Amino acid sequence: MCGIAGIIHRGKSTNVGGEMQKMLQSLKHRGPDSTGYALYGSGKNKDYILRFKVGENVGEGSSAVMEDASIYDIRKIEVNKKIEEAGGKIIKEEQITPYSFRYLIKCDDDLLDLAKKIETVEMTEILSLGKSLELVKDLGDASVVADQYSLNNFKGTHGIGHTRMATESGVDIRSAHPYWAYPFSDVSVVHNGQLTNYWNNRRALERKGMRFMSSCDSELIAVYLANKIRDGKKLEDSMKSSLVDLDGVFTYLVATEDKLGMAKDHMAAKPMVLYESDELVALASEEVAIRSLLPHEIDTYDPYEGEVKVWQA
Amino acid sequence: MASITKNEHKSYGMGLHDEVLTGRTQQTFFNPEEGENFFYNDAFDVDFNKRTSIDVKKLECLELNKKIKELMKKGYGTIVLKNPGAKHSLGVGILQKLNLIIEGSLGYFGVGSIDGPVVRISGRVGWSCAENMMSGKVVIEKNAGSCFGAAIRGGDLICKGSVGARSGIDMKGGTIIIGGDAGAFTGFMMQRGRIIICGDVGPNLGDSLYDGTIFVGGNIKSLGADAVEAEMTDLDISWLKRKLKVAEIDKKIDFKKMTKIVSGKKLWNYDNLEPSERKGAI
Repeated sequence: MCGIAGIIHRGKSTNVGGEMQKMLQSLKHRGPDSTGYALYGSGKNKDYILRFKVGENVGEGSSAVMEDASIYDIRKIEVNKKIEEAGGKIIKEEQITPYSFRYLIKCDDDLLDLAKKIETVEMTEILSLGKSLELVKDLGDASVVADQYSLNNFKGTHGIGHTRMATESGVDIRSAHPYWAYPFSDVSVVHNGQLTNYWNNRRALERKGMRFMSSCDSELIAVYLANKIRDGKKLEDSMKSSLVDLDGVFTYLVATEDKLGMAKDHMAAKPMVLYESDELVALASEEVAIRSLLPHEIDTYDPYEGEVKVWQA
Repeated sequence: MASITKNEHKSYGMGLHDEVLTGRTQQTFFNPEEGENFFYNDAFDVDFNKRTSIDVKKLECLELNKKIKELMKKGYGTIVLKNPGAKHSLGVGILQKLNLIIEGSLGYFGVGSIDGPVVRISGRVGWSCAENMMSGKVVIEKNAGSCFGAAIRGGDLICKGSVGARSGIDMKGGTIIIGGDAGAFTGFMMQRGRIIICGDVGPNLGDSLYDGTIFVGGNIKSLGADAVEAEMTDLDISWLKRKLKVAEIDKKIDFKKMTKIVSGKKLWNYDNLEPSERKGAI
């Protein structure tokens, strides 16, 4: 089933981490397996924020293979070497969990070479790389993940998130949402639905050199959009063409450093409720998520089939 | 194709079935001698002047629905729900007359499987509002989500705002009235009843429509398979005027310019089947 939610404030920063936690927690019943956040911090950093993992959460309910935790340190050292090899410089290192890290790095704006090198290290996956995006995902509900990664006081302008019920692939971090649109700075995607022409599109994109880290159909949307952006298309146009090229039933949210967008397939088979005011836009699979932030009476509506909308922070 | 005449059944004398339905020949009619079979065993004798309210803020849907039943048992005929907070499955399974006033919005499956109550909702409703409704009246002041009135069998379901996709999917009777616009696949696989859309409607209107009638005041993006335009009659116009008045929709509509959509009946051959085959098809 899965639940998705997003919020964007127009022209101001708030505790977007806490807001997303509330919204996603109220969607827990739609997806208890894992929760993910893509949060956009206040102001653009000079340096890149790199979020990556070198292993999987092998806790209860995980379908990942158990590993000795000592391997994580070895992989981290390897990653550090790869960053240096790519001409990057590590400004700050933080270890959030035994397998998950947050770095501040200086590097060129061409992120492909750096990303490729880092991901040559075994079991290593870049969760996000950008100047305002911080992408966090792990097993458990929204509160568990927010506490684990200290997201409850994250200041920012906007964010998207996902509660996952695993259907197409395993219960692990690599199959959890959001997905970063590798290798483009600050682009992330969450999705609720099912793509029925996944393999055709995946093979076509792989032939163009695009990388897939999971067999989750939702990753295809991020990769698809990344490919369109690489070809010079604007975000909104890329989203519109996705409604033609991607088959199935889906509603997805996409965020960039200063925008939040949504797209709904032509069957309108997956839910989305939207609230818009002069101050903010909040949207979610169910209105209860919006009500967790705005308990007073508000006017909401369902976007229609084939609709694409984009809002500016 | 046989049409039903006024002399064929007692129910006409009671004011029922006074409108000619298209297409169907095998209708089951209400027999007044079997009236006692039309009451639910656990229906309560309620007084509509006896009024109370429930604060839903800290209640789960199951607790709330039980509480409504307890209050009906005590004879309350008017119940006000405060702070519904877009929670799911509120006010479901009410199988008797009751005035239910909901001050706020409902989530999914609100007031589903009801038979008899009059419900007024001041906010919005989520997906599948009034699913399987059998009789009564539901009025929503704001917008509604998708699958509005899915599989309803009777009653009046009114949304003064706009609705999502697949309104009236699989509906088997009753009337759905939409004051604003409607999304794709409205009336999808509809089998009987009527839908009125005052505004515009999305693609594939009345797709695989088996029977029933859809009236549209605005633009139609496209018709679905086997949905065809039919001629508006004076009877249609007088019925529409009466229905919209009852629904309290005061939008200015040129009834003569409304579009009437019915089944083209190219896809179905149900009525040509033998009774045994018909049973199998069901």
